[in-house]
Amino acid sequence: MDPVRISRRHLFTATAGAVGAAVLHRTGLAQVEVPPDPTKVPGHVPSELGQRSPFERPHRVVGGGYQGASLTPLQDLCGIVTPADLHYERHHAGVPTIDPQRYKLLIHGMVDRPTVFDLESLRRLPAVSRLHFLECSGNGGPAYRNLRPDVSPQLVDGLTSTSEWTGVPLAMLFREVGVRPGARWFLAEGGDAAVMARSIPIAKAWDDAMIAYGQNGEPLRPEQGYPARLLVPGWEGSANVKWIRRIEVADEPFMTREETSKYTDPLPNGTARQFSFTMDAKSLITFPAFPVTLPERGWWEISGLAWSGRGRVTRVDVSTDAGQSWVPAELQGPVLSKCHTRFRFLWRWDGAETVLMSRATDETGYMQPTLAELRKVRGLGTAYHFNNIRAWRVRRDGSVQFGLEE
Amino acid sequence: MRRTLSIAVATVLIGTLGSGPPARFGLGRPATADEIAAWDIAVRPDGKGLPPGSGRARDGVAIYASRCAGCHGVTGREGPADRLVGREPREGFPFGRDPALVRTIGNYWPYATTLYDYINRAMPANAPGSLAPDEVYSLVAYLLWRNEIIADTALIDARTLPRVVMPARNRFVIDDRRGGPELR
Repeated sequence: MDPVRISRRHLFTATAGAVGAAVLHRTGLAQVEVPPDPTKVPGHVPSELGQRSPFERPHRVVGGGYQGASLTPLQDLCGIVTPADLHYERHHAGVPTIDPQRYKLLIHGMVDRPTVFDLESLRRLPAVSRLHFLECSGNGGPAYRNLRPDVSPQLVDGLTSTSEWTGVPLAMLFREVGVRPGARWFLAEGGDAAVMARSIPIAKAWDDAMIAYGQNGEPLRPEQGYPARLLVPGWEGSANVKWIRRIEVADEPFMTREETSKYTDPLPNGTARQFSFTMDAKSLITFPAFPVTLPERGWWEISGLAWSGRGRVTRVDVSTDAGQSWVPAELQGPVLSKCHTRFRFLWRWDGAETVLMSRATDETGYMQPTLAELRKVRGLGTAYHFNNIRAWRVRRDGSVQFGLEE
Repeated sequence: MRRTLSIAVATVLIGTLGSGPPARFGLGRPATADEIAAWDIAVRPDGKGLPPGSGRARDGVAIYASRCAGCHGVTGREGPADRLVGREPREGFPFGRDPALVRTIGNYWPYATTLYDYINRAMPANAPGSLAPDEVYSLVAYLLWRNEIIADTALIDARTLPRVVMPARNRFVIDDRRGGPELR
């Protein structure tokens, strides 16, 4: 059972019991009729499209208009997969409406056979399905600067989600068109109003990049790039160009706005890191976390997510004493490469104030750094890639707040 | 074992008997020169992709006022959208140390060609792709002039734009993170 929901369930049960008859519950806009005993009346009939229980109202937090974002409610989710309608969003000019019948993917540049693929031809090629996280490289800013106590996992790190992606390996498309010797980069360009464009090293195409058209068993959601997107597993979200319509193979990067003015990382030594694609290993406790209040001391299961853009998470350590000691958490299978991994840690709270932290290590031996360590190498003013250890302070009254006192 | 054998056999037979997957499937259709030209809008630092046309800063004044100032401010410093103008701080590129600094074209963008590429590609946000090449060149010249990078009389075109050296040109380094125990 997910402890986050205990209090809400108790609330509903208590209300129903007190009234002792069918009662109407207000859940947002919907009114739900709850029979006093569901075993004594037939339930509702099958439907063409399923819906969540009206008692569950997970939602994204939205901000910023058509250049904006929406955040995944990490604290409301279990397991590793993000329901498609809760996948985070970050757009550069809104979500375009694209007719799949008219969709084209043009591949040209340093190739033998400039080619147009329609959706049918993409789907006809041998497909792969893989579970991978996607994370905006700006995710986690609230854990790096101007820390506030009253932020939830969603507000701290909600720009990360995991889906099962289905599509065709880009390497297969590149063999179809015949990439010429000397090609080292390709431009990936979207069909949105920003004509979003990023230069990608061609080695990523030969490694694990794919043109994805499926998400969690169905066609991509428009917000995730319908009808097709680039997926570069483990790399910052903006490089996974949505609504992809053009790939131009080249010898040098194009130096688009999104890889110069944006998505570069100023460093304390007076330089800025460019093409910093890989998302470093990271973890976050999603329970207990603000705004949860633990009602009593005793056994609680600490749970959270860990991931690395460099491969598998090999270890997550949890500290229940503000980082003085660390104990390995249980990694819940499957533990997949470049994918959210669920970790769990049984904790007996003695009622004293303390700080909970998690620390991920990946298969390269990289260990998630402390805030002080990351600030030392990146600088307080850096942008993007905020993967430092997160902390949740548990107060004596059971309330949980984000961050350490600075 | 059977699988290994069949793959081995297929490898031998590819292209002869068609009993295994081919090196390529021949799917998709040849792209026409016209459809490539219609979509091939990228501009590179060496100027490849820049179209004919030209503009000067003075030609960009009115275009900026009518098409850009509503979001980027009268002088390009006011917002609410990205601040475009400003050379401060002029020394040291201390953006990594100071979160209060604002990154602008004049103090942060490494390539002038990116201005053409981005304005032509995505601006103005309420009518992207609506500017003619002369208008884009004029806006590029205007913004470079406002950032004290070129003179107001300078003509910006496919030949001159790649030669403009941006103040932050040499500040960028390729990602040197490699995983493993070292934190970078």
